[in-house]
Amino acid sequence: MAAPMLRWGCRGRRWALACVDGGSCHRRGAPTGSTSNRIRGQSSVAQQPLHTAQKPRKGEHKWAAVVGLEIHAQISSNSKLFSGSQVRFSAPPNSLVSFFDASLPGTLPVLNRRCVEAAVMTGLALNCHINKKSLFDRKHYFYADLPAGYQITQHRLPIAVNGSLTYGISAGKECGQVIPKMVRVKQIQLEQDSGKSLHDDLRSQTLIDLNRAEGQLRVDANISVHHPGEPLGVRTEVKNLNSIRFLAKAIDYEIQRQISELENGGEILNETRSFHEKLGCTVSMRDKEAKQDYRFMPEPNLPPLLLYDATSLPTGADPQQVINIDQIRETLPELPSVTRERLVQQYGMLPEHSFTLLNEVGLLEFFQNVMKETRAEPKKVTSWVLNIFLGYLKQENLAVSESPVTPSALAELLDLLDSRTISSSAAKQVFEELWKREGKTPGQIVSEKQLELMQDRGALEQFCYSVMKDHPQVVMDVKKGNPRAINKLIGLVRKATLNRADPAVIKEILEKQLSS
Amino acid sequence: MLGQTLREVSAALKQGQITPTELCQKCLSLIKKTKFLNAYITVSEEVALKQAEESEKRYKNGQSLGDLDGIPIAVKDNFSTSGIETTCASNMLKGYVPPYNATVVQKLLDQGALLMGKTNLDEFAMGSGSTDGVFGPVKNPWSYSKQYREKRKQNPHSESGDSDWLITGGSSGGSAAAVSAFTCYAALGSDTGGSTRNPAAHCGLVGFKPSYGLISRHGLIPLVNSMDVPGILTRYVDDAAIVLGVLAGHDPKDSTTVPINKPLVLSSLEDVSKLCIGIPKEYLVPELSSEIQSLWSRAADLFESEGAKVIEVSLPHTSYSIVCYHVLCTSEVASNMARFDGLQYGHRCDIDVSTEAMYAATRREGFNDVVRGRILSGNFFLLKENYENYFVKAQKVRRLIANDFVNAFNSGVDVLLTPTTLSEAVPYLEFIKEDNRTRSAQDDIFTQAVNMAGLPAVNIPIALSNQGLPIGLQFIGRAFCDQQLLTVAKWFEKQVQFPVIQLQELVDNCSAILENEKLASVSLKQ
Repeated sequence: MAAPMLRWGCRGRRWALACVDGGSCHRRGAPTGSTSNRIRGQSSVAQQPLHTAQKPRKGEHKWAAVVGLEIHAQISSNSKLFSGSQVRFSAPPNSLVSFFDASLPGTLPVLNRRCVEAAVMTGLALNCHINKKSLFDRKHYFYADLPAGYQITQHRLPIAVNGSLTYGISAGKECGQVIPKMVRVKQIQLEQDSGKSLHDDLRSQTLIDLNRAEGQLRVDANISVHHPGEPLGVRTEVKNLNSIRFLAKAIDYEIQRQISELENGGEILNETRSFHEKLGCTVSMRDKEAKQDYRFMPEPNLPPLLLYDATSLPTGADPQQVINIDQIRETLPELPSVTRERLVQQYGMLPEHSFTLLNEVGLLEFFQNVMKETRAEPKKVTSWVLNIFLGYLKQENLAVSESPVTPSALAELLDLLDSRTISSSAAKQVFEELWKREGKTPGQIVSEKQLELMQDRGALEQFCYSVMKDHPQVVMDVKKGNPRAINKLIGLVRKATLNRADPAVIKEILEKQLSS
Repeated sequence: MLGQTLREVSAALKQGQITPTELCQKCLSLIKKTKFLNAYITVSEEVALKQAEESEKRYKNGQSLGDLDGIPIAVKDNFSTSGIETTCASNMLKGYVPPYNATVVQKLLDQGALLMGKTNLDEFAMGSGSTDGVFGPVKNPWSYSKQYREKRKQNPHSESGDSDWLITGGSSGGSAAAVSAFTCYAALGSDTGGSTRNPAAHCGLVGFKPSYGLISRHGLIPLVNSMDVPGILTRYVDDAAIVLGVLAGHDPKDSTTVPINKPLVLSSLEDVSKLCIGIPKEYLVPELSSEIQSLWSRAADLFESEGAKVIEVSLPHTSYSIVCYHVLCTSEVASNMARFDGLQYGHRCDIDVSTEAMYAATRREGFNDVVRGRILSGNFFLLKENYENYFVKAQKVRRLIANDFVNAFNSGVDVLLTPTTLSEAVPYLEFIKEDNRTRSAQDDIFTQAVNMAGLPAVNIPIALSNQGLPIGLQFIGRAFCDQQLLTVAKWFEKQVQFPVIQLQELVDNCSAILENEKLASVSLKQ
């Protein structure tokens, strides 16, 4: 039933504690938004584990926070995890519901092969141990949007365990340095999503949508604080966080709340909380579910899920009937950490630039396409893609795929710049023209607007001569030894040439003329 | 005609001696005459007649779909039937009309079978008497047989009238009564702890529980998913084999089914000398009636005298089966029944103060005490604090029980021979002196372990008791050796020549008792 869900448990205490000994306790800076890792839009794990109270006084205990994330990510598949009905975003309510999805009596779950492959691939990408045998369980609770009265999940023996994800966070005085970090992944499990309840307070009705394809990412965060060296604190669970930004805010808030509570002599209850997006705080859900006994039981209608690798694959097995882990490994695309490493190696790029390139969907591909067609230095290309191109996109809130400037056009523009046909400022002007979508090539724009750098040295010498003649005071300043005065002259010459002269050449001519 | 085997009647249909419509009408008329048996919850007369009409066209065009084309069948009311109410004999599902057919139902219909109706059962198949459904108890046709009535007359203490009618056993008692009373040729039951074999034994029928995984459960409203198997009730072993042949095989909608390599064909066994029959010593219990014990022993002798090797085997964990089943069954019941909350289908109470209050009242009104009791026990066993001590332990015991069978078969045994029930069918008034739980625990004693192990087993009627009531014995086979099991059963059936039920008496005796039920005479082949 249901939209197939992958659930990542980075539960609790194990991974986050790894950083506790890591030195200075400092207060949190900016929210994690800019530095957190997004793995193909599916999930994020980023949290600094160390915190202090708002105003740490001398001699006061430091606090350490422990955070575990349960990440629900929707699998990109055409049909649901246990039924053949389709998965489609924003379909009309209850339009994609099979008899099984509606839990009609007598219907049985049938596991979707594509979802298993996606789970194995995710497990491999996160360096997990893939369990060749995994099991399905029923998790029981009564809720209007859970028509069977239970949810099928992998509680006892999930498909993948013991993984890790490395990522970097910006640090240092200007956040220019990237510090590598690692989170441990406890398990990855395949899980059926529940339905959606729509509360109509006006008519005091609840409407149920069993399509279950909404919410591509949902995170529950488990948070506790303790003094380093002492036992871990009581944890709270903040449920249903649906954006990275709110996740970071909720965790920050909850850590501070727990510290204040404890420092004021209060205690932390093991409870479920929700994040109030407008107020920016967490509030107790006070529901009975918090202490529910889910009465887990093996799902009897699904045999154990068996996976194979090259060595264990039964001879003569029908490839349609078995899943080969090694085969999936081969189809695994280059992982982001490898790509970033490659970019740094291949192009001498700064690590933080490699992060930015990967964090924007399509940006890396755009960059690589420009690289293929241009003679410009990688550093130049990186700078143009990350500063100018990305800046224009952000300003108009466009995706890379919606860009008016193609990689070829930018490549051509950078070639013109590289061959000193145009100046850097002229290049920016050309880029602005390209953004207008008038279908002109950079070459056409340059010739129409006469933006070529002056190649005629004699003419340029004439310009310099005229400027010096018209501005004797500035010339005097130069001769008196004012180092800035020459720049002023260069500026004046450039203006006179309508920005078509290369400043370096101008400088050379001026210096020559001044010394003569 | 109505007492013939499937092949005989199929041949008659092919030769045009009778048309599917005529056959259908005969059965419908008999269903009406035997209405007081309460075998059917729903009689799908219109559907059956329409199917008969289509079948008739096929026969006329020489395009018969096979042995089941035009054959009246009945289906237990816990199988989903598209467009036909499916109640599980519970208030909870009264009025529920499924939008799809169970795979087994669809397969029968695809072969041209005529669906006469949905048969009665214990609520959600929880029981061993077919006495605990919301539509009332099923009466055993043998209560009205000449054989039984004559014996009763000889006994001066016996009461006259209808008050001493017998139970069918259960929970597939409606299906058993329907076949036994000649209202159809075959019926689907379900078998979780013996629910097909037990009523077959009490009604003098072949009651076959196939290997777990051989037949699809898709559309069978579950009792215990890990033990449920659709069962087949017929008058002859050959008939059961034909139905099995149609139903067996992998169903993409049921992941616990397995593909079969070759079609199922039942050959006649001429020589049993290569056969080894195992007699489990633990099945000889003090509660076993002496009559059944002696018939069991005579059956073993019969095999031996025909050259088979008969050996005693031990299934040492048998006695733990009942308590183990109780834990596993109630746990799955608690889980499976969770979906009946009144929101999407079935009964919903009038209370709407809160969702929780609505759930509680709906379930209180919808389920009987037996179902509610099992839900309560099951949830207790599944609690976090109890799970290891009950559920996990019971699963381990289940493995031991299954291994007992594996060991017996590994020692060279081909088929096990056991009683099916402790005694013959008892009168309803006697039966209800004990509660459902006690009865289920007693009555499942010989049948339940087979479900734990997923093995095929079949009840074969062997003889009539001193009271003139049917007694059956059970054969248990190796997993997925259903064909071998039925071959042995067929040989045995041929040897014992179990008498046909004489229901003429039913008419005579009952018309006097049931004043409003005017019964025309029923002529049957004897």
